[in-house]
Amino acid sequence: MASEELTTTGYIKHHLQNLTFGQHPNGSWGFAHNAQEAREMGFWAIHVDTMLWSVVLGVLFIWLFSKAARRATADTPSGFLNFVEWVVEFIDDNVRGSFSGRNDLIAPLALTLFVWILLMNCMDLVPVDWIPWTTQMIMHHIFGVDPHHVYMKVVPTTDVNATFGMSLGVFVLTIYYSLKIKGPVGFASELTMQPFSATNPVLKILFIPVNLFLEGIGLLSKPISLSLRLFGNLFAGEMIFILIALLFSGGLFWGLMGGVLQLGWAIFHILIVLLQAFIFMTLTVVYLEMAHSEH
Amino acid sequence: MNINLTLIGQSIAFIVFVWFCMKFIWPPLMKALEDRKTKIAEGLAAAERGKQEQALSEKRGVEVIKNAKGKAAEIIAGAEKRGSEIVDEAKSDAKVEGERIITAAKSEIDQEINRARETLRGELAMLATAGAEQILGKAVDAEAHRKMLDDLAAQL
Repeated sequence: MASEELTTTGYIKHHLQNLTFGQHPNGSWGFAHNAQEAREMGFWAIHVDTMLWSVVLGVLFIWLFSKAARRATADTPSGFLNFVEWVVEFIDDNVRGSFSGRNDLIAPLALTLFVWILLMNCMDLVPVDWIPWTTQMIMHHIFGVDPHHVYMKVVPTTDVNATFGMSLGVFVLTIYYSLKIKGPVGFASELTMQPFSATNPVLKILFIPVNLFLEGIGLLSKPISLSLRLFGNLFAGEMIFILIALLFSGGLFWGLMGGVLQLGWAIFHILIVLLQAFIFMTLTVVYLEMAHSEH
Repeated sequence: MNINLTLIGQSIAFIVFVWFCMKFIWPPLMKALEDRKTKIAEGLAAAERGKQEQALSEKRGVEVIKNAKGKAAEIIAGAEKRGSEIVDEAKSDAKVEGERIITAAKSEIDQEINRARETLRGELAMLATAGAEQILGKAVDAEAHRKMLDDLAAQL
């Protein structure tokens, strides 16, 4: 963007780089100035943009819904309250539909996941250059930072850390409830006594490693698929927005073409944005239901 | 696409948001929804009750009107009966009164006749006496002929 060497590859790469804060290999702390530096920081670095936007959107969710919660009465609801109640009832219906046990955590968990992911996904619908460009201008003119070194990825769900962070939480809950409901023995037997089972004790013991391998893959694939599905969909959507945005530099015809394409893709993307939030929520509920139920 | 500290930060943010939602958002909203459900159910039940009560009072109203009509008819019939009784009474009273008047008038007439007859008798006796005096040319001794005159008068 506002760089001297504006190439297509550079533009795309710039858009896909998170604003990373961490320790440089030489020992000093600071923001990574390019993808190479960010990679060298290793694990002890943080994506400031992902954290910032996800927390801002999470707080927005908390603020809006707690405002509604404080005002909620049995009387006729106002328009905003009505909307919030509609969302809450939608989640409640879904959770009741797929979760048979009694657990006061599941429904609020589903609500938080759905609205939070939805809000984070919706950042994808903001034209790709608006927020990064504004940030670059601010950083450049106020702090004198080279705009080429200012990164700003506004869609937290296109950062695999964000999606893994959530699916990790879900995974921990799955393990916790499996152990709590079925007991360590029950959970262990679920991992080792199926899908292959036998009445012969020798055969049973022989099957244990096979079963553990298969069930282990099944167990681990849940959080990984959960997070990668969301990440992949949003990353691809973001990528297409970036590619469409490239058209704007190709003259009037391609610019207009890009505008039409962007509108079309944005409208289609609304579906993906909603659907992915819903899928993440539903699968979370399903996984927890599986953790609660005996086989 | 580096996995780094952001992962932990995101997990913590996630846990905090879920905890906050579970603690402060979900319960009051669910409570409000439940309360409203109860309220609506109560309202519907009340409406149903009201409808039943209305139907009941309508029925009662019809009954009251029927009763009133019956009573009114009774009263009218009674009044008619009483009226005809009064008329009959008045008729019989009038008859008796009329007869009484007629009787009284008759007896008065009889008395009048008798009186007139008496008077006539007296006058006739006088006339006869006066006629006889003129015929005889001299005074009739009334005392002397009283017996004869009385006989005459009695014959009239």
